[in-house]
Amino acid sequence: MTDPTERLPTRRNTELVLILFASLVVVAAEGVVEGTRNGHLSSHLATYGAVPLVVGLVAHLMIRRFAAYADPFLLPAVVLLNGLGLVMIHRLDLGLAQQAREGIGDYAGAAAPSQVIWTAVGLVVFLAIILLVRDHRMLQRYAYTLALAGLFFLVLPSVLPARYSEVNNARIWILVGGISIQPGELAKILLTIFASSYLVSKRDVLSLAGRRFLGVDLPRGRDFGPLLVAWLICIGVLVEGHDLGTSVLFFGLFVVLLYVATERISWVILGVVFFAGGSYVAYRLFSSVQIRVTVWLHAFSYTQTIGYQVSQSLFGLGTGGLFGTGLGAGHPELVPLPSTDFILSSFGEELGLFGLVALLMIYVLFIARGFAAALAVRDSFGKLLATGLSFLIGLQLFVVAAGISRLLPETGLTTPFLSYGGSSLISNYALLALLIRISDSARRPTTSRPPLKPLSEEHAAVV
Amino acid sequence: MNRQIRRVAATVGVLMLALLVNLNFVQVVKGNSYRNNPDNRRVILSEYSNPRGPIIVGGTPIADSVPTNDELKYLREYPQGPVYAPLTGFYSLDYGKDGLEDAEDGILGGTDSRLFGARIDDLITGRDPRGGSIVLTVNNAAQQAAYKAMAKQKGAVVALDPTTGAILAAVSLPSYDPNQLSSHNSAAISAYWLSLDPTNQDSPLANRAFGTTYPPGSVFKIIMSAAALKAGLTPTSSIPAPNTYWPLGGSGACPQNGTAPCVENFGGETCQNGTTATLAFALAKSCNTAFAELGVRTLGGPAVASEAKLFGLDTGPMNVPLTVAGSTVGTSADLSDPAALAQTSFGQRDVQITPLQGAMMASAVADRGTLMKPYLVAQERAPDLSVVSQAQPSQLSQVLDPNLDDELSQMMVGVVQTGTGTAAQITDIPDVTVGGKTGTADTGDYVNGVQTPPHAWFVGFADQNGTPKIAVAVIIENGGVNGNETTGGLAAAPIAKAVMEAYLNSAAGH
Repeated sequence: MTDPTERLPTRRNTELVLILFASLVVVAAEGVVEGTRNGHLSSHLATYGAVPLVVGLVAHLMIRRFAAYADPFLLPAVVLLNGLGLVMIHRLDLGLAQQAREGIGDYAGAAAPSQVIWTAVGLVVFLAIILLVRDHRMLQRYAYTLALAGLFFLVLPSVLPARYSEVNNARIWILVGGISIQPGELAKILLTIFASSYLVSKRDVLSLAGRRFLGVDLPRGRDFGPLLVAWLICIGVLVEGHDLGTSVLFFGLFVVLLYVATERISWVILGVVFFAGGSYVAYRLFSSVQIRVTVWLHAFSYTQTIGYQVSQSLFGLGTGGLFGTGLGAGHPELVPLPSTDFILSSFGEELGLFGLVALLMIYVLFIARGFAAALAVRDSFGKLLATGLSFLIGLQLFVVAAGISRLLPETGLTTPFLSYGGSSLISNYALLALLIRISDSARRPTTSRPPLKPLSEEHAAVV
Repeated sequence: MNRQIRRVAATVGVLMLALLVNLNFVQVVKGNSYRNNPDNRRVILSEYSNPRGPIIVGGTPIADSVPTNDELKYLREYPQGPVYAPLTGFYSLDYGKDGLEDAEDGILGGTDSRLFGARIDDLITGRDPRGGSIVLTVNNAAQQAAYKAMAKQKGAVVALDPTTGAILAAVSLPSYDPNQLSSHNSAAISAYWLSLDPTNQDSPLANRAFGTTYPPGSVFKIIMSAAALKAGLTPTSSIPAPNTYWPLGGSGACPQNGTAPCVENFGGETCQNGTTATLAFALAKSCNTAFAELGVRTLGGPAVASEAKLFGLDTGPMNVPLTVAGSTVGTSADLSDPAALAQTSFGQRDVQITPLQGAMMASAVADRGTLMKPYLVAQERAPDLSVVSQAQPSQLSQVLDPNLDDELSQMMVGVVQTGTGTAAQITDIPDVTVGGKTGTADTGDYVNGVQTPPHAWFVGFADQNGTPKIAVAVIIENGGVNGNETTGGLAAAPIAKAVMEAYLNSAAGH
């Protein structure tokens, strides 16, 4: 700190400008929605325009104070996605309410106001993590505690009576006092932390010791055991809960973390084989999986029954075409679950291919910054965690977008930051906080603070 | 470790690329087919979410959109139903659009690029885009009179303003109720559609006024007379008018089986003195033998064909903007073979004209030989009522030198005053002169070896104080209520008279 030339720019002002820009985009989008739907602007414009601005500014000030060297693109990307999601949820409220007035479908009440509340909760969680986790390496100390908490969340819906846990034939919820929580969303962060920590501490034995079988190095059972158990439990729970999407997400996450930690491609091969086998078994065993595959292959043969949702999503995307119908001018409410699982087709219909691709590019920017933090951070745990979290967003986005556009069978996941839903929003804000923390430590000059004694310092030296 | 992280990042990149390729496929390559998939209600929902513009006749809508409480926000209504159905067409959930609803869809639906300025306005003010309106040239009094006078007989009536070509009336019977095809109830629409027998040529959905061609019979003698005047004859020129005419040689009465090339007059009548008649007399009494011999011996095929072309035959289909079928004088063989030319000369053989073409013939003669292009839309208007386009009358041809045309016009007045068309005389309105030509056309259609009753024609015009006011064509298929006893003078002329009177008595007629 004595030599000012050594001090890296914090780039906090870039972040501020980007947040202002993101808020402007959201206000414009909400203005278009209100103009198209109602013919005039309303007080909602102030409410929904203020959300990204307030969230962005509060988080920005916190970052300025407690994570000054954090990547300046992560927060604005989230503010923009969260804000646009809110606008779309509000727009869908208007469409669904109108449908209900015309005697079609049932309208459970506006979702946008509760999304505002969930955003506020997400912001609190974000602030708490930034405040409490002053160095991401301290999370390693609580790895097993976090794993237990994650498994508890994951198991809970399967143990609870169906009336407290089942929605749309998927037992992945906790329903209490009118609030529905999807604990799997929270578990994904906790289990990523655990897996990263565990793999960092075991990476030597995992990659060096073990038997060689068919040219593939297999790890010793006692090294691999805890991970396998954790994996089997979550897969079992997810299969029991009929949640295909989360299973795919977790499986992909574990394979990637193993690959990065052990630096062995054999894990990927093993993973792909496992996945193929598991998929086949799931297809043979579960009618819900068979239905999804049938719909995937023959959506247009079942446009009025099981293929209704996917074919309506494709109709929406096709009708949107290159430029879309314009916000508020399409009919995304014709797709069941337009604000959660299918929010991307709502955007595709009203903003067209250009708008949807632009939206995907915001995610790509976010994910790229996450991977950049993983590359730059000095400790192995940080690298693994940042890789895992970035990959989670990427894979989840891919699975959702592939599902709504019939590239893959539809699996029922939320779109991070965009979709309506408290658990999803809160866990993704937690994910953002962790990436901000890691990116801050990646760019923070080493002299600015005495280093904590990292648990895995020796491994970092290997890189 | 970093190498692996880069590979994972690259893998995510590949996944995103796969998404982009697939989205291009779904939204662009397959976009149109998804958009138009019958199970995709989006296009219909947006089409029905904005009011479609009205079609206006005399300041009153004959097609309009009214708000509803159901999912499709606007319902298309046709207050006059079947009277205007051949013009309005329909706007159906299941069977698309027809008539002006189809031909003027861009303006009515608000998608026409000429409305773009208004659409930008709508975007800024956040107003729903609305359709523009169409103002027709039709005169409601003439249209209603024509529909009423036809009294459920099959056929068509078309009336034109001879000086501009504006279509004053166009009626086709049997008609249908466009309201029933434009409802929001698919089952009812479908049942009604099937009851209209849509695949049959004879269906009420056929627009007989513009889309159906008929043999003109003696109405064609207007064109023959014009060619004769052009060839140097005068109304008082004496032309051969035998009781029977054998174009390939021969003599005596025509054989009853109709196989020999022999022409006789309607009902075997004698024309004037039985050997010759003046041109004016031959037209007034509609002597077939006189015109057959005139065509074969004096004019020849090419002169007949070129005059027919000036009147609008053999010029192909036309848009007014409804599609008008092409009328024709027949094949080139019909014009070179004397036997065929003899029949062509009184509008039989292969001569086929639309009712609109019939009205065009009368209108050209009425307006000193000037044939104007018929049109149906006077104005296209934007949603804010500003004029997008205003019809500009245009001339199609000069069928006859004005002075010669005056003679032809007088000959047609003679038809109504002393000839076969006396039923079209107008005496109740002062200073009105009516001219015309009757036709009783053999159909050439045989049912169980017996020819169906002939079509009754009347085409004519009314002058008031020397100004041409209206030209009318009336056709009643297969004799209408008169059956085999029908003639153009008996069945069609009174209808033409009713339409002319209604028009002349209306505000627009003065």
